[in-house]
Amino acid sequence: MLSGENIVKSVSDLLHQLYAMVGLSAFKGVLDPIVAAHVMFGFISVFVMFLVWMERKVSAHMQSRIGPNRVGIFGLLQTVADAIKLTIKEDIKPVHRDKIPYYIAPIIAFVATFAGMVVIPFDKGMVVQDLNIGLLYIIAITSFTVIAILSAGWSSNNKFALLGGFRSAAQIVSYEVPLVLSLVPVIMMTGTLRLGGIVEYQSQNHWFVLYQFIAFFIFITSATAEANRAPFDIPEAESELIGGFHTEYSGVKFAMFFLGEYIAVIVSSAVAVTVFLGGWLPPFAFLAFVPGFIWFMIKLLLVIYLVMAFRWTFPRLRVDQLMDFGWKVLIPVAILNILVTGFCVLFFGKGV
Amino acid sequence: MLEQYGYVLVFLMAGIVFILGAFITGWALSPNGLLGLKYKYKKEVLVDTYECGVETYGSSWFRFNVSFYLYALLFVIFDIETVFLYPWAVSFKALGMFGFMEMIVFILILLVGLAYAWKKEALKWE
Repeated sequence: MLSGENIVKSVSDLLHQLYAMVGLSAFKGVLDPIVAAHVMFGFISVFVMFLVWMERKVSAHMQSRIGPNRVGIFGLLQTVADAIKLTIKEDIKPVHRDKIPYYIAPIIAFVATFAGMVVIPFDKGMVVQDLNIGLLYIIAITSFTVIAILSAGWSSNNKFALLGGFRSAAQIVSYEVPLVLSLVPVIMMTGTLRLGGIVEYQSQNHWFVLYQFIAFFIFITSATAEANRAPFDIPEAESELIGGFHTEYSGVKFAMFFLGEYIAVIVSSAVAVTVFLGGWLPPFAFLAFVPGFIWFMIKLLLVIYLVMAFRWTFPRLRVDQLMDFGWKVLIPVAILNILVTGFCVLFFGKGV
Repeated sequence: MLEQYGYVLVFLMAGIVFILGAFITGWALSPNGLLGLKYKYKKEVLVDTYECGVETYGSSWFRFNVSFYLYALLFVIFDIETVFLYPWAVSFKALGMFGFMEMIVFILILLVGLAYAWKKEALKWE
């Protein structure tokens, strides 16, 4: 039967037979992760390509226009054309830059979010490594993007880039706290940080979006603010600070920041789907014949569509409104959520 | 269990290798990399710092506003709070009412801190 577990098992059996044929069975422990990294990179490349197209089409139709429809069928190869254009662009390096942070910043921006894909469960056995501390690991490793943004702003030797970098870092850091706090009630109810364990809990009880809709809302809002997009994109506002922290980057390095932002959106949405929307579980039991990873991708695309719809639904928040919303609204609501969930779990058993 | 983190390490290194590959591809295909380009204009102006087309005025590293520092400080405090909240949350059901009351006291102390920062206008302006 087509399911994630069977696919992963047959692929890894095939891979081990290949190792045996070539004679490298002893290096299985090193070659398996390398193959997994390549597969994940391939998946991300294709998925981001699709997402950029989806964003342009969704933005276009929300603005009553058509969007890219020339390059491939329905414009699907538009991102490929954009990527080729960015690659062959002239690499303008500002002459007074700080060399080491200038080159490291785009690398960190991508690697930090790419490493977050290790724990995302696409199906029951279809996860690179189901770490015991999965949720904590994802939050910790996606916090590295602040370093990338500050390095980029500082090393560009440009007042506007520096200011954009500071504002962006202040925004990301301010929304990091409600993001982390909103996941605590879920952990209180499941008792585990393992993402596979959280989905298994949801297979016996209802999805967490029913119990923790406030936490879901806080998580999606904070994740959108963390990725510097949607109504929270003052640091990228073209009319205000030229380009923000990526003013002095061109070509491939600029593409890396862009790519890192999209992968951050994918990782946050994947965590939201896993934790709140039941991961790879079908919404109704009679639909269980559809494989788990199909459900996961459907839910992931719905959440990403929601994040994209935020961009064209709400006006851009002013910087002080943005900070006020993070510190004065989201943090108290998140903490209140924790306390109420605690009371409910203790007095009503499993938690309403 | 430790070999699980070997996967994480390999992912980090593979990510770096992929990005360096992308950089090298960009350098190879760009006009001023491998393909060569004869500049028809003054290169010094092209690679100079960008300030909306005018000459840069003053140093690029200005004294930044103290609000940035205050937000970072508050973030550190609340981040430490969440670091304490996570282990407690994982073993919440085993700790029962007593553990919950203790954690309420801890959260209230930090909420007093947030209220103080709010009242003293440390969270104001940007």
